[in-house]
Amino acid sequence: MPDIKVTPLGAGQDVGRSCILVSIGGKNIMLDCGMHMGYNDDRRFPDFSYVTQNGRLTEFLDCVIISHFHLDHCGALPYMSEMVGYDGPIYMTHPTKAICPILLEDFRKITVDKKGETNFFTSQMIKDCMKKVVPLNLHQTVQVDEELEIKAYYAGHVLGAAMFQIKVGSESVVYTGDYNMTPDRHLGAAWIDKCRPDILISESTYATTIRDSKRCRERDFLKKVHETVERGGKVLIPVFALGRAQELCILLETFWERMNLKAPIYFSTGLTEKANHYYKLFITWTNQKIRKTFVQRNMFEFKHIKAFDRSYADNPGPMVVFATPGMLHAGQSLQIFKKWAGNEKNMLIMPGYCVQGTVGHKILNGQKKLEMEGRATLDVKLQVEYMSFSAHADAKGIMQLIRMAEPRNMLLVHGEAKKMEFLKDKIEQEFSISCYMPANGETTTVVTNPSVPVDISLNLLKREMALGGPLPDAKRPRTMHGTLIMKDNSLRLVSPEQALKELGLSEHQLRFTCRVQLHDPHSDTDTLGRIYTHLKSVLKSYSIQHVPDGTVIVESIVIKVTSSAEEPNLKVILLSWSYQVNKHVMN
Amino acid sequence: MKLYCLSGHPTLPCNVLKFKSTTIMLDCGLDTTAALYFLPLPLVHSPRLSKLPGWVSKDGAVNLEKELKECSGRVFVDSQPEFCLPEKELLDLSTIDVILISNYHCMMALPYITEHTGFTGTVYATEPTLQIGRLLMEELVTFMERVPKAQAATCWKNKEIQRLLPGPLKDAVDVWSWRKCYSVQEVNSALSKVQLVGYSQKVELFGAVQVTPLSSGYSLGSSNWIIQSHYEKVSYVSGSSLLTTHPQPMEQSSLKNSDVLILTGLTQIPTANPDGMLGEFCSNLAMTIRAGGNVLVPCYSSGVIYDLLECLYQFMDSANLGSTPFYFISPVANSSLEFSQIFAEWLCQNKQSKVYLPEPPFPHAELIQTNKLKHYPSIHGDFSSEFRQPCVVFTGHPSLRFGDVVHFMELWGKSSLNTIIFTEPDFSYLDALAPYQPLAMKCVYCPIDTRLNFHQVSKLLKDIQPLHVVCPEPYTQPPPAQPHRSDLMLELQPPPMAYRRCSVLGLPFRRRYERIHLLPELARSLVPSEIKAGVSVATVSAVLQSKDNKHVLQPVPKPAPVPPSKKRKRVTEEPPEVLNPKPLLSGAVPLEPFLAMLHKVQHTLSLRPNQSAQSACR
Repeated sequence: MPDIKVTPLGAGQDVGRSCILVSIGGKNIMLDCGMHMGYNDDRRFPDFSYVTQNGRLTEFLDCVIISHFHLDHCGALPYMSEMVGYDGPIYMTHPTKAICPILLEDFRKITVDKKGETNFFTSQMIKDCMKKVVPLNLHQTVQVDEELEIKAYYAGHVLGAAMFQIKVGSESVVYTGDYNMTPDRHLGAAWIDKCRPDILISESTYATTIRDSKRCRERDFLKKVHETVERGGKVLIPVFALGRAQELCILLETFWERMNLKAPIYFSTGLTEKANHYYKLFITWTNQKIRKTFVQRNMFEFKHIKAFDRSYADNPGPMVVFATPGMLHAGQSLQIFKKWAGNEKNMLIMPGYCVQGTVGHKILNGQKKLEMEGRATLDVKLQVEYMSFSAHADAKGIMQLIRMAEPRNMLLVHGEAKKMEFLKDKIEQEFSISCYMPANGETTTVVTNPSVPVDISLNLLKREMALGGPLPDAKRPRTMHGTLIMKDNSLRLVSPEQALKELGLSEHQLRFTCRVQLHDPHSDTDTLGRIYTHLKSVLKSYSIQHVPDGTVIVESIVIKVTSSAEEPNLKVILLSWSYQVNKHVMN
Repeated sequence: MKLYCLSGHPTLPCNVLKFKSTTIMLDCGLDTTAALYFLPLPLVHSPRLSKLPGWVSKDGAVNLEKELKECSGRVFVDSQPEFCLPEKELLDLSTIDVILISNYHCMMALPYITEHTGFTGTVYATEPTLQIGRLLMEELVTFMERVPKAQAATCWKNKEIQRLLPGPLKDAVDVWSWRKCYSVQEVNSALSKVQLVGYSQKVELFGAVQVTPLSSGYSLGSSNWIIQSHYEKVSYVSGSSLLTTHPQPMEQSSLKNSDVLILTGLTQIPTANPDGMLGEFCSNLAMTIRAGGNVLVPCYSSGVIYDLLECLYQFMDSANLGSTPFYFISPVANSSLEFSQIFAEWLCQNKQSKVYLPEPPFPHAELIQTNKLKHYPSIHGDFSSEFRQPCVVFTGHPSLRFGDVVHFMELWGKSSLNTIIFTEPDFSYLDALAPYQPLAMKCVYCPIDTRLNFHQVSKLLKDIQPLHVVCPEPYTQPPPAQPHRSDLMLELQPPPMAYRRCSVLGLPFRRRYERIHLLPELARSLVPSEIKAGVSVATVSAVLQSKDNKHVLQPVPKPAPVPPSKKRKRVTEEPPEVLNPKPLLSGAVPLEPFLAMLHKVQHTLSLRPNQSAQSACR
């Protein structure tokens, strides 16, 4: 029985280091290859030994697909391709291909140059890895090989984020990566057609949340920033260079303009300008409104937002700073946080999800004292606000996607086990489909029931359709007879006559005959006449013919009556019927 | 399968393909050469054009002085320019299911087809094709609406009168199908019917046919189309290029194994080499500027202009002309320049890798930044105060009948210092210049047509081996001007099927198979037996289900057990009868076992007929 196997190497009942292996129709695909922000040891990367204990990755995998440029989805890519060793194709969209190497290089710098780790991938490895990347467009059907095809759909999570359909024959899997079902200030909503995959592998970051309206959250955010700035406090917003950052920048920019505010807004890292440039060049990936107006006014040219310098952190007076990275686990955002944490006038706004183990996660859980590396503890006095601006689908959005794609089975990844459990029940109840949530290293097997494609001769099909009438009748189904010819991997369904002709076979005529003797005083013709009349009255719905040469024909049954000259009353009735005969007539 | 040919113009095709149960229109080109019969529309009042004498036939019998004007020794129609539409009478356009667009030049007639014909289908095009097509349509509309003409000339179209007219007007064909330009509303309504597609995207039409656009290498987002079912494949090749300019290269291998290949949009200037023309363009431009003259380049607002600007970007500095300003004047100049930078996915590799840096893919961004290239919506406004001479002006329309170019012809035509350089191949430059004669300005004809030439196309066809080729009639004979050049035509075995306007071709292939799916339960129940080495057969009895042009075979449902009921009822309502399949009886009969078997069953065999025979006679 054909089946599809799904094994998460990362993101199984967890958020971080997304990496999911799928085996479908004899093909093996790796979906995403991310790193875990919460760990600094081996657990940072997916456990590739699951595959490599049996041989090289290149032999095992048919392709690798990266859904978007966030490091928890592509951070392990150079490690996998250059250090573990994989030479096959890596698919991603154009914006992902453009931005991914920059974030990887950033990640490498923080890890190697700042923290001094060795045995990490090098800049050259990132370059070599990117050479293996094949960029693709939305909705383009890419034929990885003869059988395996993949197709990207818009996911709306960050610039260039895509969902992927993986298809072999009539079996298919859809992997969502991270997605967002509500359009925001710079991206559109995720969309997929009714492709009815055998399995829909969906993220479930916000499995239990149903978020309030976007507008409320935005108003709330602006109010908090405004209040803090008014009372002379500093606002720190840890973000990733690309994605949420641009949306919040657009939000603050328009607010500053409307309210005529003077407090400076800064954006850390040299990436800003570059990042905004990507948004300008890949404007076709943003939402409709931005696309429509970009010739007159490019939304990614900011007037109020300026580049940040490290020394500004000590400046007196209010300011708003966007700093990377977003989970306060390293880099500039953490440095600024340490400086500002002691002052209750300041505010920290966490606009996105924080992975377990990061400073961001600890603070959000209400921890007021933090142990810093080697040094004393840090008292957290500033105000902490969590506002979910990350563009993940919430419970409602996930249900909406299921309704769009109509999968036969559901599989949840990229979420916390407890929340998944809740969503799983809800999905199973509402859609009556099986829902799985494998842990890392655990394999889910889903049996598929593919139908068998066959070439039917047009003559046979047309004849059948003409006979069957325009609509099938449930009460009287018509049975069609044909012969399936299997030859050199081709399956053809033709009419039995054509099959014989094609195979060069002559058909045997098999007929059964028997004689029945009975006494009857009438002449032969009369006997036959009486048989005919009787049959006519008994077998009303069959065609019965009385042929002048002295035979009665009922369908394919031939009846003759003879008698010898010696015993004219002893009639010999000759019955002859073919192999295929209607049982009812015989009875 | 049939092909209805609604346009005879080889590079502005409009064909309708009937394939299986679908009706597919391939492109929707608008022949704008009809505009050449009309007087130019000046943007600024022109004393010369307003005082032209009306035309009266020599014997004075026909007086059309209001409609026809004599200008530079030719007679022109004094009315808003009109265009030649695809044929509307050959088939009912409301029956068209989809329209496939191959590039933005081949969609200009779209509003005429989708509006006011009862069309209810979908138009498929790539995103650059839609966006740039929209710009070109809006530009055309602006050109026309900016200078409204009160009257529309129609009397001259009368067959009896047209016969008496002089010069080229007399020989103009299909004049009754000519129409004036559409409105913005019609453009918007037409384009709202467009569904965007990406290269290699498989689009299902009613479950019967699958269509796929492929990169054709000619312009941003330009595509060839594959139209196929599981067994038949038609390739539609339109406006393709093998040269490395800005668009993504042409995808060729997917065109293989076609039953029929419809070939349109070959180069219009088969004797000119685009690279050579580009060189000539640059050297003529430099010569004029050095002598203190201005250069006028009548062009479309998208396409080759990007390549020209890129070429000049490199050339001007090396020619020491770095300070010469370029002006690009069009209502859509800004949009066209901006749009060109955002279609990274549709560009050649070279330009794509620039976007990864991130840098704008086209160098005209830098030309704009350094103020070397300026763009204006029209000659009115800022342009008149800012422009410096000598300069290079890119502006439309290449027919020289409308648009800002008309003004520059009036302005610069009288000086021999200036040069007009024709780069667009769509119009005969002599005809375009006719109403401006006598002209002092220099004329240079450097048509740049990057589309396939005959040499390239015959090599391509050799590679992809289509069974049959369909093409416009002009491709099957040498150009009329060069009847000895048999290399400038298609020579194929079997010879291509040629079409002209209003042809209806029966395409030569027979459909023999259709795809059907056996449900897994049915497939499992089959008992294949090997007949010959490698060939097995199984008899199939099943119920056919056809829905949305998809066919499925299900197992025969078991007759429901007859519910216990009164006798009377049972007689009238018998369960539907299911015939067992007739087995295929063939091969040799093993005689001995057969006889043995017969002995065994002999007894049972004779029983039943006996009974029935008796009952029959009773």
